[in-house]
Parts: sequence; C-alpha cells; structure tokens
Amino acid sequence: MSATSTGRGRPDGGLYPQVRLRHWGRWISAVVIVALGITLIYGAAQGDIAYGDIPYYLVSPIILQGLVNTLLLAVVAQVSAIIIGIVIALMRISKNPVAQAFASGYTWLFRGLPVLLQILLWYNLALLFPRLQVGVPFTDVVFVDVSTNDIMTTFVAAFLGLALNESAYMAEIVRAGLKSVDRGQIEAAQSIGETPLQRMARIVLPQAMRVIIPPTGNDFINMLKGTAMASVIGYMELIKAANNISSFNLQVMETLIAAAIWYMVIVSVASIGQYYLERSFDQHDRRPGARAEARALRRRVAADLGRAPLVRREE
Amino acid sequence: MTTQAPTPVLEAIAVGKSYGANRVLDDVSLTVNSGEVVCIIGPSGAGKSTFLRTLNRLEVPDEGEVWVGGEPMGFELRGDRLHELTERQLSRQRAKTGMVFQHFNLFPHLTVLGNILEGPVRVQKRPAKVVRDEAVAILERVGLGDKVDAYPGQLSGGQRQRVAIARAVAMKPLFLLFDEPTSALDPELVGEVLAVMGDLARDGMTMLVVTHEMAFARQVADRVVFMAGGAIVEQGTASEVLENPTEPRTRQFLERVLS
Repeated sequence: MSATSTGRGRPDGGLYPQVRLRHWGRWISAVVIVALGITLIYGAAQGDIAYGDIPYYLVSPIILQGLVNTLLLAVVAQVSAIIIGIVIALMRISKNPVAQAFASGYTWLFRGLPVLLQILLWYNLALLFPRLQVGVPFTDVVFVDVSTNDIMTTFVAAFLGLALNESAYMAEIVRAGLKSVDRGQIEAAQSIGETPLQRMARIVLPQAMRVIIPPTGNDFINMLKGTAMASVIGYMELIKAANNISSFNLQVMETLIAAAIWYMVIVSVASIGQYYLERSFDQHDRRPGARAEARALRRRVAADLGRAPLVRREE
Repeated sequence: MTTQAPTPVLEAIAVGKSYGANRVLDDVSLTVNSGEVVCIIGPSGAGKSTFLRTLNRLEVPDEGEVWVGGEPMGFELRGDRLHELTERQLSRQRAKTGMVFQHFNLFPHLTVLGNILEGPVRVQKRPAKVVRDEAVAILERVGLGDKVDAYPGQLSGGQRQRVAIARAVAMKPLFLLFDEPTSALDPELVGEVLAVMGDLARDGMTMLVVTHEMAFARQVADRVVFMAGGAIVEQGTASEVLENPTEPRTRQFLERVLS
C-alpha cells in the first residue's frame, strides 16, 4: 500500500517512532513516600530506644509465654466459635420457630455488645452469681457447687468473651455459606432418600465450605489480635507480658515492639495458611491435572513470598 | 403393559395445592401401574412439575393422598387415621422413588461414581464394593463407562443428565420421576438423553415423565396425560391424546406446539 495514496504513514513508507506515556505521578509519589520513610526512620533512630534490646525481648521467657497464651486463647476461642456458630446457623435456618428466635436473639446479643465489655462482664460474674450450681431446680439436690471466682479465671473470662462474640459472627458466616448452596442440591439429596442430617453433612456443608472459609480466615486473624483485650483483666498474653517486663525496667517501647513483631509473624503465618486452605476447597481443584497445577502454583507463591511476604497474587 | 391384573406402584388421590390465592393443583388423581410409562404434557403453569414433585413429597400437597408401593407418602396409617411422619421417616419412603431434575442437580463436589454411590451406600447401607460394580454397569449402559472418575463440571449437559438418570436408577426405585429432563439441554444433546430414557422404558422401568418432547411421548409413552390449569384435562394412549384429542384445550395446545 502506498503511503501517499492514503495520506497516512511516513512518506518513506516506514513507521513513526512512538513515545510512550510517562507516568510522572508514580515517580513523584515514590519520591515523596521514600522521603517520608527516611524521615520516619531517622526520627525513630534519634529516639531514646535501645533497639539492641529488642531481639533479647523477642525470645525472653515472659514474652514467649505471652505468645503461647495468645495463640492458645485465639485457637481455643476460634474453634469453639466455629462449632457454636454452626449450631446457631442451623437453628437460624431450621423450621422450628423457637430455634429460629433463639438464634436471632443470640446473634443480636453477642454481636451487639463490645467484646471488651463482654470480657469484663464474664470476669466479674461473681458479683452477680457468687456461686455456680448444677442441680435440680427448686429442690436441695445439687451435683456441682463451686465459687464463681474459682471457675472464672482470666483465661476463662477472656475465652467466653471472645468465643461467644465470635460465634455470633461465625453463625452469620455459616448461614451465608449454607444459603449459597443451590436449593436443587438439597432436593437431589432428598430425592435419593437422605435424612436431614445426611443432607447437611454430605451435600450442603462440603459445598458451603468454599464460601465459609475465606471470612473465617479473616476472623481468625482478627481473633489473634483481639486476644490483646484480655490484657485488661490481666490474662498473660503478649501485651500483658510486655507490660510486665516494662513495669520493672520502663523499656515500654522495646517490649511493645517485640510484641508487635510477634503479632506480625503469627498474622503472616495465619494469612499463608488461609491461602492454602482456600485453594484446597476451591472448585478448580475438581479437574484432572489440578494437582499438578496446584503444585506449580505453590512454587510460584513460594517464590512470591520469598520476594515480599503477604503479597497475594490472584490468578 | 402386561396382560396380568396391573399392580399400581403409584397412586395420587385428589391431590390439591394452593400458593396463597393461586390454586396450582386441583383434585388431581392418577394411578400408575408397574412397568407403565406415563408422559404428562401441557402448557407452562399447568401444574405438571408441581404435581410430579408432590409424588415424592418434595412439594407437600394441601389436600389428597399419594400412595407409593402401598404406603401413604409422608404418613403412617394407624387405625383409620394417617399420622404425619418426621422428615427422617419420610426420607426412608423417598428412597423407594427416583427423580431426575431439569437442571440435573448432580453433586459437584463428588465424582460421577460418588454421585451414584451416595444413595445406595449412604441411604440403603449396601456394601460399597457390590454397589460400585453395579454403578459401573449402569454407567456403561448410559454410555458413560469412561467418565467414572470425572467430576460433573467436566461433563456436557447431556452427559450430566445421563449421570443423573444413573444416580436415580442405582437406587432401584419403584418408579422414576422425570421433571422436564431435556428442557435445560442444548438441542443437539436432547437425543442422547431421550435414547437412555427410551432404553429404560423398554426395560420395564415404571416412568412418569413431564415433558415437552411430543415425539418421545408418542413413541415411548403407554399413556399421555394432558394437564392445564392445575387439573388433568384428558388422558389416554399416546395416539388418542396426541392425534385425536377430544377436549378443545388439548387440541389448542397441540396445535400450538406441533405447528
């Protein structure tokens, strides 16, 4: 095609050189961010903080005990919340109006109150019920009779506050998951004669897991950090452990930074775990060759993680 | 049909149902004998699917009774009263029936084999080893012997519906209910599903089919039932109903679908 006949293209028949769009905004913002970062680091370095002591606190027995207690509380509370949440969700979707009403009221109550308030209420339960008894009402038959204060340790109070609050959220998550399963799935299970329990366990829950797992992972990460509230009633988790040390030597920042590093570590590990859990329940795994793909993906993710932890690259 | 006295495996007596003020089923009675193939035709909104779903009590009728293999669905006859069963007890009754859905409703998280084994193994508690061989035989019969370990998501619509038929057949039900089994399929996939259904019919399976496939009804059905406005308008042999309908509403409907 001749250039002169169309009026387009360079007269000599070649191509014009192209000048790509310059992203000036990116350069400018990068310079600003780096400058701010340097200022911050410089300022922090000028502060009166013994950075050299932080590695020592990271592995000090008190901090490590706090770490173990944080993990213990978070895991026990989350697992309990998942179990209670499933039960409440099943009550919520059941045809029994009493169960429905109870589940609604439960969610309303435990989701409505601040977690810190719930922890404080449980911790001070003895003011309301000095003794906890199990027996036959309106008779003298008593099987168990204990002082509330003996039972309501800081761990138990923190556990009840966190687990019951979280269970209300889990109930909503599970309910959304159950509702996401096509009605036809239940009908098909009914048509082959499965009982309500079989339908739930074999057909509905396995399919609901794909919807349930991602928000549950988020909630667990929140739970890991939420255990910090247990420090208020004196439970020896990470922050309380840091405070215990600094109350002796006044190294407040050093111990808190040590605690912060541990929080980042456990939250990062939980994020990675969530990533793989989601993958394993994903529908895409239901194809031939999916295993090999998953392996390749894991390699890519591992490489990504090696460069920058917590960067999640969606396929 | 056999020459012996026919034995009814399914009997609907004066079944009625309303959604609010909307009367979707009105006094529908139908008896299906062992080995019989009955096609239910009619305009959309006639209550065909709703009626079919009352037969295995996926839809609970407001009035009337459904008897399956001599038992009242959803009830137990004690003295001269029908006592309502729990959902659990009803499940046991449903296991004697089979159903094929318009949208297949295969279990996507189970393999083809897993879909077929689910009922016989989990519900009927039959040994997995025996059922497995049966399941493979049934799959070969519907032309899917090579798809045993595939997941439903890897199959075409026609293949999925054939798996769904295999899943229902594996329960050895008294009868099979088909709820518009080819309506969700691409036209070129309808034939393979109808072929499997015709094969089952020739084999003596008792079948109740809600369908818009008039050619299938003509070739395979022992009896054709025409429903409109929530009631049975006319029934008879395929040639009676499809070629010499007596009711004007049947004639109108056939003119529309066959033209």
